[in-house]
Amino acid sequence: MTTVIKVEGISKTFKIHHERHQSLKERLLHPRTGSTEMFNALNDISFSVDTNETVGLVGHNGSGKSTLLKCICGVLQPTSGQIHIRGSLAALLELGAGFQPELSGRDNVFLYGAMLGFSKKMVEGIFDDVVGFSEIENFIDTQVKFYSSGMYVRLAFAVAVNVDPDILVVDEVLAVGDERFQAKCIDRIRTFQDEGRSILFVTHNADQVRAICDRAIVLDGGHMIADGPTHESLRIFREHLMDSAAEHDRSGLLASISIDSITTPSGSFDVRSGAGMHFDVNITSHGAYSGNFVMEIFTRNGLLVSRSDAKGSPVNLKPGQNCVGIDLAQIPLLDGIYDVNVGVVDPRGNTVIAWREQAASIQVTYDGREGGLVELGAAIHQQ
Amino acid sequence: MSDGSSTRVDRRSLEDDAFRVVSARDSLATRLRNLWNRRELLFSLIRSDIRIKYKNSALGIVWSMLTPSLFLAIYWLVFAKFLKNGIPNFVVYLFAGMVVWNMFNTSLSTATGVIVVRSGLVKKVSFPREILALANVGAATFYFFIQLCVFGLYLLVVQHSPDYAYFWLLPIAFAALYFFTAALAILMSAITVYMRDMEHFILIILQLWFFMSPIVYSYEHSIAPQLHAHGLAWLYFLNPITLIMLTFQRTFYVATYAASTTQTQIVNHHVVPVILKILPSWPMSTYCYLDLALLGIMIVFFLLAEVLFGHLQGNFESEL
Repeated sequence: MTTVIKVEGISKTFKIHHERHQSLKERLLHPRTGSTEMFNALNDISFSVDTNETVGLVGHNGSGKSTLLKCICGVLQPTSGQIHIRGSLAALLELGAGFQPELSGRDNVFLYGAMLGFSKKMVEGIFDDVVGFSEIENFIDTQVKFYSSGMYVRLAFAVAVNVDPDILVVDEVLAVGDERFQAKCIDRIRTFQDEGRSILFVTHNADQVRAICDRAIVLDGGHMIADGPTHESLRIFREHLMDSAAEHDRSGLLASISIDSITTPSGSFDVRSGAGMHFDVNITSHGAYSGNFVMEIFTRNGLLVSRSDAKGSPVNLKPGQNCVGIDLAQIPLLDGIYDVNVGVVDPRGNTVIAWREQAASIQVTYDGREGGLVELGAAIHQQ
Repeated sequence: MSDGSSTRVDRRSLEDDAFRVVSARDSLATRLRNLWNRRELLFSLIRSDIRIKYKNSALGIVWSMLTPSLFLAIYWLVFAKFLKNGIPNFVVYLFAGMVVWNMFNTSLSTATGVIVVRSGLVKKVSFPREILALANVGAATFYFFIQLCVFGLYLLVVQHSPDYAYFWLLPIAFAALYFFTAALAILMSAITVYMRDMEHFILIILQLWFFMSPIVYSYEHSIAPQLHAHGLAWLYFLNPITLIMLTFQRTFYVATYAASTTQTQIVNHHVVPVILKILPSWPMSTYCYLDLALLGIMIVFFLLAEVLFGHLQGNFESEL
């Protein structure tokens, strides 16, 4: 394990112009007017990333995660603090940002490679891989301005992942491309992980972080509020999101409902595969509320096994203590630990009213012969 | 995923790699080293600059020779024929000055707005930002050499041989020109981010500058007598372009003209005085010392511009 990125006390302050005087005349006429405001996008952030690590950087919009990423990539200079980086770094900040529409795809591959800091010789060596990965063989000598947006992005992604970086920095770029290409990207990221490279991955999509990252860092308002194992950090992220949402909620609805605990009649969360289970969810409500109820089950690797809700029959919460029962008639899961998230959402399912991340963990024991995630009970015979 | 990581293999030990530091202020040495490390990007940008400029145009790169040639023809017509500025063999004189001027003019007029124009790139990709301006200077340097070749061909055609003894001064003068142009280009590109007027302002400045340089007239012939009378000859040499042009003109224009007296029957025995009036009658050593001194000053100016650029670029993201 070698540290590849070391961030030490990074702060970034932006000057926000309320009235911009950018022309010479305006500058001369109003030398001191036009208010500027200082905005702290990052406050004293410190962390480090080792080889073999995939770190997720989560936070909602405006939390400073993109600013931090840009500082690490060297696009922005931090106002104070230092970042130490070891090894080559390829950043996927905005795919195709360096493309020249007038040039052909071939020329752009070399230009983009040079922008990422890789030599011409190196790009020549991987050129065929890039073209193969991007699947635009027939258009490689076409000017990029005639490309569809998907082709554009695929080519840029193909360059960035094929130049053999030690550190890959990805900023919400996986949202682009069709589903098949996205799967290919995720696949490539997994290969990177297996090869022991470091990946810094920015998103506000908790599911992606769960699926890819070993560790997650949570930013909020320019402050680092969590740095730890993915599920730990995501729990803090979700709860923090709820807290800050509650602050902005005028009706006071969000603060009035909280999920206290999940219990089982026996008190144990161990279950044999194929057996049923019953949960009691204890909810404290300060007012009457009628909404939907959601339960999610995840594997420890972050794979969503199941998401289910109250199926149209609302949960009516009374003021005071409430108990919502969940019956699982049969759990066909195989050996392993599964995390349970529960939450109350509004009837249309748009707004989360109360959420409890990792409210319980169930331990399933299975002694059959099937492998994988669920027991389907397949019977194999010759006909 | 903790159990998965133990099976991964370290593909390449990074322990021996040195840390790169990103911090609020980089020292000049660090900035120059970064610049040197990214020279491949510089060349890629220059190449793409040149390609894009002539992409989809039928004549392509020929334009980089055609445009200056047309200007040359117009200036020759206006200044030698209509205004009768009295410089014999004016096209060679004009050509020598225009080659230098085009390099300076093209660089500055393209580099001034380049960071604003390519703000999308500046905000998304990490590289030393001055490379954008330097790429424009690089492209102009490429056109400079093409025009120099055309100039050479022209000299062959008209059988005007330059003063080969002065040739070794040209690299020094060119280096001074390069550093001066590059320094101004990166400074202007940064200033334009804060004052967008510069993009238009520079065009006027360049127009004035053109006439402050001895291109379409002769310094020694038209300017020097008046300035010498007031002891202000040094004033004209505050323009670094002047000395560079004089070196080019001295090399390409003067000597051969003295040798080919037979061509000019009108001036006949007055040939030598005429030449002395058109270019300063310095010995070669004076040219050498002046050019070397200028080169030294321009390198210092370039470093200064680098430092200033470093200060100015800290706030680019709030202005772009």
